[in-house]
Amino acid sequence: MLSALLVMSAIAAVLGAVLGFAAIKFHTEGNPLVDKIDDVLPQTQCGQCSYPGCKPYATAIAAGEADINRCPPGGEEGIRKLAELLGVEFKPFGEDAVPKAKSLAVIDESTCIGCTLCIQACPVDAIAGAAKQMHTVIASECTGCELCVAPCPVDCISMQVIGEKIANWKWKYPVYAMTATT
Amino acid sequence: MRPAVPVGNDNMRKLYHFHGGIHPPSNKTQSTRATIARAPLPAKLVIPLHQHAGETAKPVARVGERVLKGQLIGMPDGIVSSAVHASTSGTITAIDMQLIAHPSGLPNLCATLVPDGKEEWAPRKTIDYRDHSPAGLQHLLRMAGVVGLGGAAFPSDLKLSLDKHKITTLVLNGAECEPYITCDDMLMRERAAEIVQGAEMLRFMLDAEEVLIGIEDNKPEAIASMRAAVAAGGHQRMEVIAVPTVYPGGGAKQLIRVLTGIEVAAGVRSTDMGVQCFNVATAYTIHRAFAHGEPLLSRIVTITGNVLHPRNYEVLIGTPIAELVALGVALPDTDSYIMGGPMMGFPLPSVQVPLVKATNCIIASSKKIFPPSPPVMPCIRCTRCADVCPADLQPQDLFWFAQSREFGRAQAFNLFDCIECGACSYVCPSHIPLVQYYRFAKSEIHAREHDKQLADKARIRHDYREQRIEREKQEKADKLAAREKAAQAARLADAQPLTAQQQAEQAGIETSRAHIRELAQSAVEHADEGTTK
Repeated sequence: MLSALLVMSAIAAVLGAVLGFAAIKFHTEGNPLVDKIDDVLPQTQCGQCSYPGCKPYATAIAAGEADINRCPPGGEEGIRKLAELLGVEFKPFGEDAVPKAKSLAVIDESTCIGCTLCIQACPVDAIAGAAKQMHTVIASECTGCELCVAPCPVDCISMQVIGEKIANWKWKYPVYAMTATT
Repeated sequence: MRPAVPVGNDNMRKLYHFHGGIHPPSNKTQSTRATIARAPLPAKLVIPLHQHAGETAKPVARVGERVLKGQLIGMPDGIVSSAVHASTSGTITAIDMQLIAHPSGLPNLCATLVPDGKEEWAPRKTIDYRDHSPAGLQHLLRMAGVVGLGGAAFPSDLKLSLDKHKITTLVLNGAECEPYITCDDMLMRERAAEIVQGAEMLRFMLDAEEVLIGIEDNKPEAIASMRAAVAAGGHQRMEVIAVPTVYPGGGAKQLIRVLTGIEVAAGVRSTDMGVQCFNVATAYTIHRAFAHGEPLLSRIVTITGNVLHPRNYEVLIGTPIAELVALGVALPDTDSYIMGGPMMGFPLPSVQVPLVKATNCIIASSKKIFPPSPPVMPCIRCTRCADVCPADLQPQDLFWFAQSREFGRAQAFNLFDCIECGACSYVCPSHIPLVQYYRFAKSEIHAREHDKQLADKARIRHDYREQRIEREKQEKADKLAAREKAAQAARLADAQPLTAQQQAEQAGIETSRAHIRELAQSAVEHADEGTTK
C-alpha cells in the first residue's frame, strides 16, 4: 500500500517537474495566432475594421470578438486567407465594408498650409514636412488608408486611384467561349 | 527525363536530349534568301526608356536638345537596369508616354527623336578588353545598354557579375529554334568573325574555360560560317556544335542540357553548375561595344509572314515598326502583326509602336497563315502536354491549379520553371490556351508577393512609429517630472524662517481674508433669500 503510494507520488513528482520545465523552456511570448493573423492583414492601419490598427484587429479576431470580413483593403482574397488560417467558413463583405480600388494620397502642394495635422495622422510616417512648410506624401510608403484626408483643415489631400501601368500590369485570366459538345 | 543517350552529330561530340519538344513547321527559308539590308533612316524615332528587364532608365536628355548618335539619353536607374542611347543624331522633340510593344497595350515613357540625317557620332572610345578588369567591363556594358538579344532583354552586365561562381563553360546560343525567326541565322552567316570575337570577350569576363556554340542543324550555312570564323581566328577550346532541330531547343536550360548534359534543377541557376549562356547577337553587340565603342543602337530584325519581301534588316532602335512593314510590303489580307515568333510572340497593339532591343522578328499575320484557333474544349487529361513539356512539368495539373486560382499548389508544382514556350498549347487536342493560364498565375503570384512586401514594410514603419510615440511620451513625462522636482527643491531652498512681526502680519491678513469670505457668503445667502421671496 505504502510502496504503491510512494511510486505514484514519485511518478507525479517527475512528470510535474518535466511539465514545469517544459512550460519554462518552450514558453512563447504573446499569442502566436495573433501574429499569424496580423501577417495576413494588409497593414494599411486604416481602422476601417473599427479597431485602431491591424494588430488590434488581429488580436480581436484571435479572441473571437471580431468577424473576419471587416477588412476592406484585404479584399475577398484576405477573407479567404483568414478563413483558411482559422478553419472557418468564408464570409462575404457586409454592405458597410466594401473594398475600394487601391489608391494613393496626394497633397495639393500649392494649397497646403503646413499644419502638420496629416503628418500626425499618418500611421506609417509616409508624409514628409514640417510646421509651416509644404508637406508631401512619400508615394512608395503610402498604404492608401485615407486617415490623413479628414484632419486636413484646407482639404488639400485627395485619394487618387492607382491606375494600371506597365510596372503593375498583370496577365488576365483567360476568357473564351466554351463549346458544348453533344 | 529520358536517359542521357548520346545522339549522333557530325563532330562526334556526345550530345544529350531534353525532355519533350515539338517539331512545328520552321518557315525560315523565306527570309534567308536575301542578305541583311540596312533599313533607311526613318523620319521619326520613338525610343522607349524601358527596353530591358528591370527598372526604367532615367531620362537625361532635355526636350529640344540636339543629341548625337550614341549619346546617352536614359541613365540606368537601379541595379537591374540598362542605359538607352540616341540611335542617330537629331533633336529630342518630346519625352512622354507613348504606346510601346508590350502585350498590355499600355503606354510607357519614350523619347521622341527627329533625325537630322547627318548620323553624327558622339565620341566613341574603343578599348582593348584585356586591359580592363571584368568589373570595369561590366560597367561599360551597362552604360552601353547591352542587354540579352535573345528576347528577354536582361541586362548582360548582371549575367557577368558572378563573384562566387566558377564558370567552366560558356554556351553561345545560336539555336534560334522558333519558327519564322532568322535574325541570328543571318547574323552568324554574315558576321561570324565579330560574334566569335565577342565570345572571346565573354570568355575573358567570365573566366570560362571552354566555349560551346550551339546551332540547330537546320542552319548549315551558319554552322559553316561560324566554324570557319573559329578556325580563322585560331580560337582554342571553342567549338561550334550542330544540335538537333527540336522546339524549344534554343531555351537556355534546354541548350545547356543538350550540349553539356547538365540539367539545371528547379530554383537553381545554370551558373551554380558552372555554365553561363549568351545569345550570339549579344556576343556580337559586346564586340561592337568594346572594339568599336558603339552602344546598342540597332539590331537585326526579321520581317516575314504575310509580306511580299521577307528579309532581315539592320534597324535602328526606336524605328516605328510600320516602316519595317513597309519595307517588307505587307499583303492586303494582313490583319495583325506579331512581335517575336508564332510560339512565344504577342500581337502588337499597333503597327506604329517602336522597335526595341528585344524585337527579333515581326510577322505579318493573316487568317491564311495563322487560322483562328478552333473552339476550346474541356481538358480530357490526355497528358500530351506533359509529353512535350521541355521543363518536364505537368502542364495539365498546372492548368487545373491556375484555373481554380490555387496558386500555392501551382508553385509547389514548379510553375516558375515554365519557360512559356507554348509546346503544351501547340499539342493540346482541346485547344486550351494553356500558356495564358500560366502567365496569369505567375503574374498573380508576383503581384501578391509584391503586396506582401509592401505590407511587411508598412508594418515595420507602423511599429517604429508606435515605439517613437511611446518614447516621446515617456521623455516628456520624464522631463516634466524633472522640472517639477527642480522647482520643489528651489522652493525648499528659498523657504526661510519668518520673524515674529512677519508672522503677526500674515495672521492679520489671514483673519481679514476669512472675514471677507464670510461677508461674501452672507451676501450670497441674502441674495438667494431675495430671489426666493
